[in-house]
Amino acid sequence: MELGKGTVQVEKTAGQMAKSNAGASRFKTFFIELSKQKMLMLMSLPFLIWVFVFKYLPLWGWTIAFQKFKPARDFFDQKWVGWDNFKFLFQEQQFYRVLRNTLVMSSINLVFGFVTSIVLALLLNELRNIFFKRTVQTISYLPYFISWVVASNIVQTALAPEGIINVLLLKMQFIDHPVLWLGVGKYFWGILGATEVWKNVGWNTIIYLAAITSIDPSQYEAAEIDGASRLQRMFYITLPGIKPVIVLILIMNLGHILESGFEAQYLLGNGMNVDFSENLDIFVLKYGMQMNNFGLATAAGMFKTLVSFIFLITANNIAKRMGESRLY
Amino acid sequence: MAQSKSFRNSSLSDRIFDVCNIIFMILLVIVTLYPFLNMFALSFNDANDSVRGDIYIWPREWTLRNFDYVFSESNIFYATFISAARTIVGTVVSVFCTAMLAYTVSRPEYKLKKFVSVTFIFTMYFSGGLIPGYLLIKELDMLNTFWVYIIPGIIGVFNMIVIRSFIEGLPEGLMESAKIDGAGDFITFARIVLPLTVPALATVSLFVAVYQWNSWFDVFLYNSSSPSLTTLQYELMKMLSTSNTSSASSAADAFANAKGNAAAVTPTSVRATMTIVASVPIIIVYPFLQKYFVKGMVVGGVKG
Repeated sequence: MELGKGTVQVEKTAGQMAKSNAGASRFKTFFIELSKQKMLMLMSLPFLIWVFVFKYLPLWGWTIAFQKFKPARDFFDQKWVGWDNFKFLFQEQQFYRVLRNTLVMSSINLVFGFVTSIVLALLLNELRNIFFKRTVQTISYLPYFISWVVASNIVQTALAPEGIINVLLLKMQFIDHPVLWLGVGKYFWGILGATEVWKNVGWNTIIYLAAITSIDPSQYEAAEIDGASRLQRMFYITLPGIKPVIVLILIMNLGHILESGFEAQYLLGNGMNVDFSENLDIFVLKYGMQMNNFGLATAAGMFKTLVSFIFLITANNIAKRMGESRLY
Repeated sequence: MAQSKSFRNSSLSDRIFDVCNIIFMILLVIVTLYPFLNMFALSFNDANDSVRGDIYIWPREWTLRNFDYVFSESNIFYATFISAARTIVGTVVSVFCTAMLAYTVSRPEYKLKKFVSVTFIFTMYFSGGLIPGYLLIKELDMLNTFWVYIIPGIIGVFNMIVIRSFIEGLPEGLMESAKIDGAGDFITFARIVLPLTVPALATVSLFVAVYQWNSWFDVFLYNSSSPSLTTLQYELMKMLSTSNTSSASSAADAFANAKGNAAAVTPTSVRATMTIVASVPIIIVYPFLQKYFVKGMVVGGVKG
């Protein structure tokens, strides 16, 4: 109650002052108007506190990267070690291996996922029967919605010695004995890329299909009269028509190059393919939660966030400069 | 001459193209659906019969024993309950809060509009990371609580953008007239904006519900020492990692010993059954929301 009264008084005096020297007090007018928006403030304030606590406060935790952190100790009792964790990290052979895995896997996902979803969108667009098209689309979204746990289970079952992949390949005589696909490190990147495509390709067509609907239909009519075939129309009208969206998505995806995902690698990874499956996120988890080396894990996480941040901001700026887009 | 020839050719090649395209789409549908049908067949087929192999898309010896077994396990029963609870509570709370925040940043007259928007959107570019995040939850005494599933993810920034874009597309007159009638912002939001925002809310609800239902990492990280807070996905994940590390037969023994009826189930049949239980709710719900989420994706993706 008292607080409310106070605000009203402030509002009054501020109002008088604003009247006495108008123009000079834009700052005050701001607060006067804001004080009239108590309800809006009340409706957003709890979430401002939330975002501060859950999103900004953890940044304070980055100090751990400069400590020999012991969970039992207070902040002020921690032993500060300067850049030691980073020095150790950049000398660690394993770090370069997980960095390589991260970059390779996200590049494969990017190129594979990008090309397949554009091709699928183009082909879906060419289907004449609307009911058939809708049905295929609905089915193609399904794997996107199921969890990575279920997806990994499916992949493991399919790739098992008696799984469907081995059965088919044996029948077609591509192999003469079942292969333990997930047990061979060098197959992992390909398996992961194929799994990502299986899971996300349908979903990723949504944005391209939306872009295709905004192409002027008269272009197609003109091309048809000129005798262009379906393929020609696809290559010379549809593809150029969605080029801005393609470029935009490509740039945004490049911004996420250090985000190769976590769940798929963690769930499909095992002792036999670890040299190829372990990425930065798993490295952080392993050092932090399993080996209790919080300092080193935080340093690795901080490295990832900072590099990602630079990539994302750059990608966003390029996208903005192209004028096409308002993606975040 | 040349033109008419190419026209005739193209109509033939068009037909070939169509046929190839349809065949390709059918292959795509098979590749997408086969794994689920296979899981379905394995889950309804007698476990010992499945060992003989050659179960593809239809059960050979029908049985409900796999489902009986799965739901008689007390931890899986709990897990189903917790999964459902976090999905329902998490979705209702998160969608309501995200919509409320989206409403405030959609009001052009709100003086903190810019500040609030930027504060939230900026968080899309960075995160404190795993370790600081874990320590925060620990400091907040949220380890081994149900709320760790709900509170840290209460606002989704992408979802906020989707809802905000939708509210900004509503006719301004509606909110003006509500104000003239003396309604405050909360009443305007709850009585006028919320009912009109249903398409966007449906999209966002689907995203949040799917996220909640599919989560296992937060269980693993924060609640792995409380069996009463486990979820379906986490239980399935544990089964996956057991079958990864130990050989299949010893896992089968473990199951058999745990249950005492060696012949009833195998790890493969249990995993298939769990997979069906864990994905059926999603398979049933998402097709009905398709027209909403397709629109929501486009709005959220392009307008942000």
